[in-house]
Amino acid sequence: MDFGPYLILASLEGAVAASVLALTAVGLSLVFGVMRVVNVAHGEFFMLGAVLAWFVATSVGGHPALGFVAALLVAPVLVGGLAAVVDMTVLKRVAYDPERTIVATIGILYIIQQVTLMTYGPDARPVTPPFNTRLAIPWFEFVGGRPQVYWPWGLSTTSYKLFVIAAAAVTLTLVWLMMSRSKIGLLMRATQLDGEMAQVFGIPVERIYAMVFGIGCGLAALAAVLIVPIQQAHYLMGTDPLLLSFIVVIIGGLGSLPGTVIAALLIGMSDGIISVFYTPTLAKILSTLLVAFVLVFRPQGLFGTRERD
Amino acid sequence: MTELRKTMALHIGLLLLLLALNWLLPAYHHGNLSRIMVLASYAIGYNILFGYTGLLSLGHAMFFTAGMYGMALTMRHLGWTPAPAILAGLLSGLLLSLVVGFLALRTSGVAFMIVTLMFAQAVFLTVLYFGEYTRGDEGFVIQQAERIFLGIDLSDPNNRYLAALLAFSLCLLFTLWLVRHPFGKTIIAIRENEDRTRMLGYNVFRHKLTAVVISGTISALAGAMYGLLFGYAGATFASVQYSIFPLLWVLLGGAGTILGPFVGTLFMFYLIDLSSEFTTAYMLVAGIVLVALTLFAPHGLMGELRRRLFRWLP
Repeated sequence: MDFGPYLILASLEGAVAASVLALTAVGLSLVFGVMRVVNVAHGEFFMLGAVLAWFVATSVGGHPALGFVAALLVAPVLVGGLAAVVDMTVLKRVAYDPERTIVATIGILYIIQQVTLMTYGPDARPVTPPFNTRLAIPWFEFVGGRPQVYWPWGLSTTSYKLFVIAAAAVTLTLVWLMMSRSKIGLLMRATQLDGEMAQVFGIPVERIYAMVFGIGCGLAALAAVLIVPIQQAHYLMGTDPLLLSFIVVIIGGLGSLPGTVIAALLIGMSDGIISVFYTPTLAKILSTLLVAFVLVFRPQGLFGTRERD
Repeated sequence: MTELRKTMALHIGLLLLLLALNWLLPAYHHGNLSRIMVLASYAIGYNILFGYTGLLSLGHAMFFTAGMYGMALTMRHLGWTPAPAILAGLLSGLLLSLVVGFLALRTSGVAFMIVTLMFAQAVFLTVLYFGEYTRGDEGFVIQQAERIFLGIDLSDPNNRYLAALLAFSLCLLFTLWLVRHPFGKTIIAIRENEDRTRMLGYNVFRHKLTAVVISGTISALAGAMYGLLFGYAGATFASVQYSIFPLLWVLLGGAGTILGPFVGTLFMFYLIDLSSEFTTAYMLVAGIVLVALTLFAPHGLMGELRRRLFRWLP
C-alpha cells in the first residue's frame, strides 16, 4: 500500500480510538471539574462497562443487535449506579479530601479489578457487533499525469467503526447540552464554582456529587460498550484508558470539557497514527513524559486558562 | 532522657529479636522474613517522604527499580562485582531522585502525585523499551556465582537473612537519627505547615528536595538488595503496583512512625501470602485494606498505638 492510503487507514483507526478516548476522558474531567477529586478507579469502571456489556449481550438471545442495544442501555446505567454508591459510601466519608480520595480510589481499583477476575475470569471475550459491513475507500493515483480513482486493497473500514465515531459525537453533544443548557447542569456548575455557597443556596451538593460521579463513570462505561465489539472485554483492559484519560485531561486543562475533547482528538489520533508507524512503547514513553512536563511547567494545561485558587 | 532510653530499648530490642529469629525460625518463615526486611527498608524510604515530609508519591517504584537495575545491569553487562554494583544502584537512585525531585517539587498535592506517577510510568516503559538489555517483563536471573559479596555467598539463606537484617537496621537507625536531627524536625514542620515553615526562614524547597533524595536513595538501596539477595531483576518491580505497595505498607503500619513501615510490611506480606492460598485475586486484599484504612484508620497500626497508648513513640 502507498503512503497515502496507509495514512488514511491510520487516521480512521485513530479517529475511532480518539472518540472512545474523548468519552472516557470527559467522564474523568467532569468528575475532576465539579468535585475536584481524581478518580484513579476510572479505568476500572470502563472495564466494568465492557464486561457487563458481554454479560448482557450473551444473556439476550436473538439477533446480535438486540444484545448490543440492551448492553448499550443497561451497562452504563448499572456502572453509573455502582459509582454513585461508591461515592456515597466511600468518597463522601473521606470528605472528598483530594489525597485520601486518590488512595481510596486506588483501593477501589483493585477491588473492582480483582472481583472481576474472580467472577468473569482471566479470558478476553468478544461481543458481536450489531452490524459490520465492510466499506472500501477509494483512493487516486496518477496515471500518465492524470488522477485516476481506484480501490486499494486493504483500505477499508467497517460501518460499525463509523457508528462508534458518530455515537461518541452525539453523546458528547448531549453532555455539553446538559452542562450548559439544563437545570441540572446549572446546579453542577454552581457546585463546581463554590460548593459551600451552593449548599447555602439550597442545592443538594451531596446528591449532585453522587450524580456527577455516576455520570462520569457511566460515560467511561458507555465508551467501553462502544469499543468492546472491536476490542475484547478483559479484566485488565482498564489500565490503558486510565493513563490515556489522565494524559488527555491534563493536556486539555484539568476540568475543562472543551479542552478535554480537543486533547482527546489530538492524542487519540496521534496515538493511532504513531502506533501504526512506530513502536507503541516509545509513543507511550513520550506521552507520559509530556504529561509530567506539562504538569510541572504549565499546570493549567495546554488549552486551559489558569484556574482560580 | 527516659524517652530516649525507651525508644532505644524498643528499636534495638526489635533488631536483636530479629537477629535471634535467624536461628529460631523454620525455613519458610525465615525466607519470608528476609524478604520482609528488605521490603520494609523500601517502606522506610517511602515513609521519609510520605510520613515525615507529607509528600505523597505514586512513583517510588522508579527509585526501587533504579537501584535494582543499577546493580543488576552493571553486574550483567559490565561484569562488576556486587560491592561496586550496589554502589552503582545507589548512585542511580540518587541521581534519578535528584532529577525527579527537582522537577516534581515544582508542583504540590494532586499534581505531585500525578507527576511522580507519570515519571514512574516513563521509567517502567523505558525498562520495557530497552528489553534487549533489561529482558523486560521476563527479567533475568542473577547467577549464584555472581552473588558473592566480599567473599560471602549471599544466596545462602543464613547469609541472606543477615544481609537483609543489616540493610534494614541501617535504614531503621538512620531514620531514628534523622527524625531527632534538626533536618528531621524541619521536614516535619513542613508537613504540618509549609507556609509557616517558609515564613520562619527555612528553605522549604531545599529541605523537600533533600527528603526526596534521601527517600529515593534508601528505596534504591532496598531495590539493589532485593535484586542481589533474591537473584532476580525484572520490569514487574517498575510497575505501578510496586509504587502502590510502599504506600499501602506505610499507611497500614502508620505513616510518620519509625516502626510503622516494618509492621505494615509484615502484616501485608502475610495477609497476601495467606489469601493467595485461596485465590489468584490476592490484590483484592490490598484493595480492601486500602479502602478500609482511608475510611477507618488513617493513622495506621503504630499511629493508633501512639495516639492511644504510647505518646513517646517516634
